[in-house]
Amino acid sequence: MSEVKFSKEHEWISLDGDQATIGITKHATEMLGDIVFAELPEKGTNLEQNGNAAIVESTKAASDVYTPVSGEVIDTNQSIVDDPSKINLDPEGEGWFFKIKIKNKSELDSLMNKTDYDKFVAEKQN
Amino acid sequence: MEVRKTFLFDLHKSQGAKFAEFAGYLMPIQYRDGIIQEHKQTRAKSGIFDVSHMGQLFIKGGYQLTDNLEKIFPTNLKKLSLYQSKYSFLMNDNGGIYDDLIITKLKDEYMIILNASRKENDFKIIKNKLGNNFELLLKKNISLIALQGPEAKIVLEKIISNSNKLKFMHGGNFKFEDKDIYITRSGYTGEDGFEISLDNSIVEKFVILLLKNGSKLIGLGARDTLRLEAGLCLYGHDINEKTSPIEANLKWAISKSRIETKFPGVEIIKRQIQEGVKKIRVGIKPDTKVIARETTKIFNEENKEIGRITSGTFGPSVQSPIAMGYVENNYSLSNTKVFLEVRGKKIPANICDLPFYKKNYVKGETNVRS
Repeated sequence: MSEVKFSKEHEWISLDGDQATIGITKHATEMLGDIVFAELPEKGTNLEQNGNAAIVESTKAASDVYTPVSGEVIDTNQSIVDDPSKINLDPEGEGWFFKIKIKNKSELDSLMNKTDYDKFVAEKQN
Repeated sequence: MEVRKTFLFDLHKSQGAKFAEFAGYLMPIQYRDGIIQEHKQTRAKSGIFDVSHMGQLFIKGGYQLTDNLEKIFPTNLKKLSLYQSKYSFLMNDNGGIYDDLIITKLKDEYMIILNASRKENDFKIIKNKLGNNFELLLKKNISLIALQGPEAKIVLEKIISNSNKLKFMHGGNFKFEDKDIYITRSGYTGEDGFEISLDNSIVEKFVILLLKNGSKLIGLGARDTLRLEAGLCLYGHDINEKTSPIEANLKWAISKSRIETKFPGVEIIKRQIQEGVKKIRVGIKPDTKVIARETTKIFNEENKEIGRITSGTFGPSVQSPIAMGYVENNYSLSNTKVFLEVRGKKIPANICDLPFYKKNYVKGETNVRS
């Protein structure tokens, strides 16, 4: 299984060599509620770590999605644009957002593993 | 000031409610099912809304009460039959709206349902205008719930016999647990339904019975998407002290017979009816899936700013983004092409008729607000 890391902004990143798939966590979708709109970055866009990458909207508000690492966008999941409810149904699987070619692997060191992320979420809820 | 809770707070919590502060009250925004499911539940079956934060104002007085209230509200109150309700406004001298409200004629008194965020201010204004000859009471011992949806009448009839005989915008007194409850056939969703005013001591029991008969609690999140699909205004967003009922395209709520009489702002209202208005509230439908929220700027094809969005969301029943806003009068015709500036991009959109969502009501039984 590929390694998955998490950001404080509630994105997940699944690593596959120097490429990675990025999405938002189940906890993020629970906070957002039903997602009714998603806007993804264009292929070929170069993103900076923690910079704006995508937008999701619930019926109530719009939220930015950031990229946990820098790099070039190499693929996007159009199916969540067509049917944003996929993000709520399977946020850490079918509801992925985009794939990125990682520019600097050392940026991954600032991210959390699953245990630390779960702890981070639990602490925030208290 | 400490945040207030309604008498259904514990029940909301037990149903998995997510709360947010609204007008000084901790109110349920959504339950476990989420806003979209709750919205669809209300359109397909029925939903229960706790609106106990709203003001329930009772005004008592002698035979001059109606005359005195007509000096405050632009509604022909003399024409109201017993237990009939009308949508009306509390207005300032410039024709702006302090609040939009429902006024009901009861025996020897009137009941006025006020917005939660405005009720204290409304009370002061009305008290000040009426003087000491009348008794005003913003009741705290009663709750208010709405039961909305095509099955609302079936669910309610199981608990309150003959409630299904009420006509739209008419009400009556009923009994529950030996206590008086007052039911009006009205609502804020574009669906058939009821608003039920009842003692705090029985409200939880009453709602649990509605739940047992197949209805579900619906949060303020879905209340907002439902009312926007129905083209109904939300105070503080679509209407405020700087918008008149004419600009808000709510002329129908000002009684024709009252235009030549006196009420606050009448001169301006009269002039706006005769000469037209510069800006007017319209429905707006974006061509794409992008949602244009409140304060979004509206442009014409020549890139000139012609207005602003006042409410915008995704409509779960119409399955597209929807919005309302004010545009210059020249651009208010249906199918006029406009552009909405969202995150720096100009999104094409069309002016459209309201409501976005229209039900076919049973003839003679109910009617939409119009």
